[in-house]
Amino acid sequence: MATEAHGAEEGSSLVFHPMDQFIVKPLFGGTEVHWYTITNVTLWMALTIVAVLALMVLGTSGKKQVPSRGQSMAEMAYGFVYKMVEDVSGKDGLRYFPYIFTLFMFIVFANVLGLLPMSFTTTSHFAVTVVLALAVFLGVTILGFVLHGTHFLGLFWVSSAPGPLRPVLAVIEIISYFVRPVSHSIRLAGNVMAGHAVIKVFAGFAAIAAVSPVSILAIVGMYGLEVLVAFIQAYVFTILTCVYLKDALHPAH
Amino acid sequence: MEGDIAELGKYIGVGLTAIGMGGAAMGVGNVAGNFLSGALRNPSAAASQTATLFIGMAFAEALGIFSFLVALLLMFAV
Repeated sequence: MATEAHGAEEGSSLVFHPMDQFIVKPLFGGTEVHWYTITNVTLWMALTIVAVLALMVLGTSGKKQVPSRGQSMAEMAYGFVYKMVEDVSGKDGLRYFPYIFTLFMFIVFANVLGLLPMSFTTTSHFAVTVVLALAVFLGVTILGFVLHGTHFLGLFWVSSAPGPLRPVLAVIEIISYFVRPVSHSIRLAGNVMAGHAVIKVFAGFAAIAAVSPVSILAIVGMYGLEVLVAFIQAYVFTILTCVYLKDALHPAH
Repeated sequence: MEGDIAELGKYIGVGLTAIGMGGAAMGVGNVAGNFLSGALRNPSAAASQTATLFIGMAFAEALGIFSFLVALLLMFAV
């Protein structure tokens, strides 16, 4: 989609299009992308997984009484997510802690690696985040039906509300339930993509001599904000997963 | 003069979706402001409620991101 925009913008003052950074292209020549083609998305996803593995495996291999820097980072990340799952989903949510921890580490490392200059942000693509969100949505729905059977439908029937209001509320609850995977995925991809596009727009202004100091200052400021957003969006994605998990474990309203 | 009226309408529509950003700004600001005023009244309870703060912010912000999605759909899919 970004290539069409590039064609439309030909002849404007921008030397590059702000959406060009999101183009998926094969690494080893050629232009066609098949399902097996190794693209820049594949490369940066693999680097994300390598980084997560390196932190967790190397960090915990020493197991010293006084932790090294790597070990304390790994322990901090583990403890942070563990406490989040325990606080939000309750004690019985801890069975699903490994999956939630994997999600958090993958998203936070993908976001932070995407902030490196010339890199590619995998989480800025809806295709990636929709898969993550759909996995959570399907997993939580199936888990709810397996654990509670038809009682899981009580999630939509607000028994504390006055009688005539309940069918209306049920419709609203069902709509909000099915919007969950949409907002869950679009929030992450939208935030990351919008932030990176804004940085590129300011970078385009840097070519004009009169405004280039302002635009460089703006890039520095936006970059600081993006570091914050990279972490907060991973946190929000994870904590919403915990909230949905809590609904599946305790569906009574 | 070139281009057609549909193209014009498309770009005006994309520009109008920026209004959604203002709505999201008010929503997120409202959440943060109310959290701060509550937290200053009872600082000991504030730390336990930061998760709720971020969930509230995420929900308010999601609707702003939806307007961004509408802009993207208008630009590239319509």
